[in-house]
Amino acid sequence: MNITFIALDEFRTQMEALRGKGFDFLREMVGMDWGDEGLGAIYLLENSATGENIQVATRTTDREHPSISTVSDIWHIANIYEREVFDFFGIIFKGHPYLHRLFLRNDWVGYPLRKDYDESEAVNPVRMFSESNEKDFYHTVEDDGSIKENPDNLFEDNEYVINIGPQHPATHGVLRFRLSLEGEFINKVDVHCGYIHRGVEKISEKLTYPQILGLTDRLDYLSAHQNRHALCMCVEKAMGIEVTDRTQYIRTIMDELQRIDSHLLFISCAAMDLGALTAFIYGFRDREKLLDILEEVTGGRLIQNYNVIGGVQADITPGFASKVKEFCKYILGKLQEYNDVFTNNIITRKRMVGVGILSREEAISYGCTGGTGRASGWACDVRKRHPYALYDKVDFKEIIYRNGDCFDRFLVRIDEIVESVRIIEQLIDNIPEGDYKVKTKPVIRIPEGSYHAAVEGSRGEFGVFIESRGEKSPYRIKFRPMGLPLIASMNTLLKGCKIADLMAIGATLDYVIPDIDR
Amino acid sequence: MKKPVIKSIPYEEFKDNETLEALIEEINKERTNVVVGALDDLINWGRSNSLWSLTFATSCCGIEFMSVGAARYDFARFGFEVTRNSPRQADLIMVAGTITHKMAPVLKRLYDQMADPKYVVAVGGCAISGGPFKSSYHVLNGVDKIIPVDVYIPGCPPRPEAILYGMMQLQRKVKVEKFFGGVNRQQKKGDAVDNTPLVITNVPQEITDKEQ
Repeated sequence: MNITFIALDEFRTQMEALRGKGFDFLREMVGMDWGDEGLGAIYLLENSATGENIQVATRTTDREHPSISTVSDIWHIANIYEREVFDFFGIIFKGHPYLHRLFLRNDWVGYPLRKDYDESEAVNPVRMFSESNEKDFYHTVEDDGSIKENPDNLFEDNEYVINIGPQHPATHGVLRFRLSLEGEFINKVDVHCGYIHRGVEKISEKLTYPQILGLTDRLDYLSAHQNRHALCMCVEKAMGIEVTDRTQYIRTIMDELQRIDSHLLFISCAAMDLGALTAFIYGFRDREKLLDILEEVTGGRLIQNYNVIGGVQADITPGFASKVKEFCKYILGKLQEYNDVFTNNIITRKRMVGVGILSREEAISYGCTGGTGRASGWACDVRKRHPYALYDKVDFKEIIYRNGDCFDRFLVRIDEIVESVRIIEQLIDNIPEGDYKVKTKPVIRIPEGSYHAAVEGSRGEFGVFIESRGEKSPYRIKFRPMGLPLIASMNTLLKGCKIADLMAIGATLDYVIPDIDR
Repeated sequence: MKKPVIKSIPYEEFKDNETLEALIEEINKERTNVVVGALDDLINWGRSNSLWSLTFATSCCGIEFMSVGAARYDFARFGFEVTRNSPRQADLIMVAGTITHKMAPVLKRLYDQMADPKYVVAVGGCAISGGPFKSSYHVLNGVDKIIPVDVYIPGCPPRPEAILYGMMQLQRKVKVEKFFGGVNRQQKKGDAVDNTPLVITNVPQEITDKEQ
């Protein structure tokens, strides 16, 4: 992957020029510590109209007060990405409206992803006292280059602010919101992440590539196969390993089965959040049938550890094809049942239609890929944009809806199950004979350079960026979270909605918190 | 006090019977009269069959917990089906998933908010010891460092059967409790904090200084 470096003083104008050329989708922003060459960030941009990609980077050698111009007003998503980079590397973004730690506590000492970070327990012990909002600072750069800490200014004194989470059943995990309310209507929302930040990227820098594979499954556990597929693909691309046709077939089928699994869980949980417990029971009943098939092949129910570098862990079982076909037939019939019991229900429609509208432009600017982006009319499917595995050989439709409301986001997922079934049916009878795995060296060393691979996860684009220095473990590895853009867009989505709509919007955005926090 | 019996599984097939037997012996040292003992049995029978858990899931294990609640595994068979969203109404907290540094004070607070008698079940490798993320800078290596744990369910994530087995072990533990004529379950002051050198409850001066 070629990265163009831009000098620090030209950075802002160059980025504006790129946006003018139509690069409206900031795919990824990777903070980097190049050591002596400085601290900085890599920006992966895409032109959503032409599909053209470009990678630019900028860096500063000042380690005491590193600062880069912000691009948060050019791409909405940069706002939250820059906060992440600030959190991990301590880079101050000049002109950022609210530069504040994203994942770690505000009393955390040091910046963990810097190479000279001190990990010892003495510096950052487990703090058993609550984090105080009063001590919240956001940082700005003064004209003379010094850094100023400003008190938290997100909410005014006369605003009515309530807290939701981190332990709350409707947040799908441990996410925390601070809502500013005007009666029953939401004025402003501050999403507070980091309650399940496990430092996966930092741990990975000490592990070998096959060891890192184990962690990818646990990021977004409902896209375990796809996540692992992305990392395997990235390493294979870097090493020049060609996987066999049989592997490609198995991987594609498994990815689609996993997508069905995730969408079934989505339907169940969305229904449960809106109070329809019956649909929850139905969804889980059918999901168990799918898990039986996955378990027979991979040995795991939720976390399967199936893909490995160069192939898959074990060959498919003899009865696999017939069981999958049986399941495909079964699930298509059951979708009608969901529609009868939930989708066509008047209460569901009243709560979902026209609620939480995200326009196409906003979806691109926020980088909301996956079902959310497609519900807003943005053709963002990685399987179509950058085909991998067998997706350019199979015939399937990219589901696109126009309204961008909760109901469309819900329908996209239901229709995607049908498309996934179509993909599986085209492949399942034609799995070629051959090896399911090519032999790789016991110690995998990636040649020096930067590599990137992306797959369509269950809820958006999942990307892996690896910077290698020719070692056994990566110099820097970055996973593109599928959920972070989704929660970044929540402020726009929730403005003017009622507080009860938070549940419908949160449910249909379909985020998984460990994937956001990593 | 008798041996705790679960209807569907023979007593000998459970692991770790010794701990319970030691517990029973300790309780039986001070004798109780028949009426009070019978009352204890009645209360334990009721409580062990209606354990209400707090819906608390941070990561992967939470999905398996949902599976246990859904159609196939259906933990309503054992009386666990009522999950509570408020710690005030819950009997037990199922720590399903990784506990990070940022989450640790929240978990402690939730535990403190629960009414006695309360139980903790550590589900999965992360809650037991940090699991695959043990070496991380932001992961607590085991919830037993901050709250006392009653049952550990290993696995990554544990299968639903394992969760059910763990819950049955908890039921057995509940069955050997005494409420009248001497209480065997009384939390001593600072119980959780004493054996945990890692935990600090007051803001150390150095950290506050460094902040400002």
